Amino acid sequence: MGAVFKREFKAFFTSPIGYIVIAAVGFFAGLFFYLINIVGFNPDLSHVFGSLFPFILIILPLVTMRLFSEEKRQKTDQALLTSPVSLTGIVLGKFFAAMLVFALSLMLLLVFAMIIAFQVMPDWSVIFGNYIGLLLVGGLVISIGLLISSVTESQLIAAIGTLGISFILILMDSLAAQFSTLTYLTTVVNFLSVSQRYGMFTSGIINYDDIIYFISMQALFLFLTVRVLDRKRWS
Amino acid sequence: MIEVQNLTKRYGNHLAVDNISFRVEEGEILGFLGPNGAGKTTTMNILTGYLSATSGVTKINGFDVLEQPNEAKMNIGYLPEQPPLYLDMTVREYLDFMYDLKKCKLARKDHIAEICRLVKIENVYGRLIKNLSKGYRQRVGLAQSLIGNPPVLILDEPTVGLDPKQIIEIRSLIKNLGKHHTVILSSHILQEIEAVCDRIVIINKGVLVADDTASNLAEKYSNDRRLMVRISGSEKDVLNVLSSIPGVSAVVSQGEKEPGVFEFAIEPQEDTDVRREISTRVAARNWPIMGMRSMEMTLEEVFIALTREQIGKSKKGGRA
Repeated sequence: MGAVFKREFKAFFTSPIGYIVIAAVGFFAGLFFYLINIVGFNPDLSHVFGSLFPFILIILPLVTMRLFSEEKRQKTDQALLTSPVSLTGIVLGKFFAAMLVFALSLMLLLVFAMIIAFQVMPDWSVIFGNYIGLLLVGGLVISIGLLISSVTESQLIAAIGTLGISFILILMDSLAAQFSTLTYLTTVVNFLSVSQRYGMFTSGIINYDDIIYFISMQALFLFLTVRVLDRKRWS
Repeated sequence: MIEVQNLTKRYGNHLAVDNISFRVEEGEILGFLGPNGAGKTTTMNILTGYLSATSGVTKINGFDVLEQPNEAKMNIGYLPEQPPLYLDMTVREYLDFMYDLKKCKLARKDHIAEICRLVKIENVYGRLIKNLSKGYRQRVGLAQSLIGNPPVLILDEPTVGLDPKQIIEIRSLIKNLGKHHTVILSSHILQEIEAVCDRIVIINKGVLVADDTASNLAEKYSNDRRLMVRISGSEKDVLNVLSSIPGVSAVVSQGEKEPGVFEFAIEPQEDTDVRREISTRVAARNWPIMGMRSMEMTLEEVFIALTREQIGKSKKGGRA
């Protein structure tokens, strides 16, 4: 796992993708910070996080699209799958490498928090909650991206597929609202809802069950990725 | 060292590998021969754990590839048909990565440097793989398979894309490696197999059709033991003398091949060597022998004979 993680993380910065992701997140974060906090004289960073959220959903598929599809296309997966590393190790190595790139791209927001801290005491619990929430949702999108990337050799399809599925997950509530007469559907959607749980984090409320929900969703998609890779050997 | 029992691989309803079994002993170089689509690559992919077999058992150094994949894989160095190279890495970074990936315990710097010396890639060590020529890429692939000094090497067409000089170098390298490693080598270049391998397995359409040494194969499958002799002398006299030699069952003149030189096809009786007798008798008459060759089948002819019937039939292009 360590070797895969190291290589994958480095690969983000030998190709332009790592820089593009960090620059794009930095640009939008900076823009919103300037418009909301500086121009708008607002010490509350959660609006920045909130505005950044849809952009992150669009950017993250760029991080994951290459991860397995490119291995398959270049046949480098033969090196990985014939090495004494388990499939789980390979999948986790790639997952954590993508997570680290994502986490790095959010570092700028910490700088913003400190800038605010010079003037007024920021609400650290809200900032902390937003951070955790964004990392967890991002982790979910990355795990979905890994799965999609493992079923296709095309980076483009991997990116668009991940984007589509992530948006459906986030917008699930609004979609379900159209069918409010079906109470059982609403109950299920309320339980599975990503945006409701994410909403709790953004207001600084950190529940164990929300954390467990996100981590188990990530584990589910990573598990499915392992299954897809294993399945390919048998077909 | 390598044990394959009743290996079968099915892609949908296409049978890629059909119930093949063979063994490779320690220190042996086994040549894997077959026309395109015969199932060579599929078999190698199963041996290395890249694919799973539909049924059958594969053991590397006593470890079942399915039951103890990590232990088995630790014992294998694999060079696939297309070397698994990350184009955006330098050779150094790539070999470093493969060293980590294979959980190699040998002294990193010395070990990698030694491999680079062995496959002669020291001069491209710092270059990006995507800027390397096909021959160098192939050698980096070979270097990768040697990392960790695995006892078993599985090489899928290792000399593809190399120039003649490199081919000779790589062949002698493989031959040397065979002294301390067990090697399976696939190729469709017959001379290569003949030059490098101790034993040959021929598969065709997923079925194992032969498993023997090159010379045994040639002998076993050549039902033609005729001698071709060119003798300078009068056709009729020579014919008479040759026919009188004990052990010769038939002599046919092939006509005048050079001025005054006739060629004769001699069919000896089974298990008799008539060459000595021919020379002494012909020499006694002062007829110079201008040439003598046995009509033993070459490996190529054996290969074609073994795979002939099916080649015509096979329309479905499977994986090689």
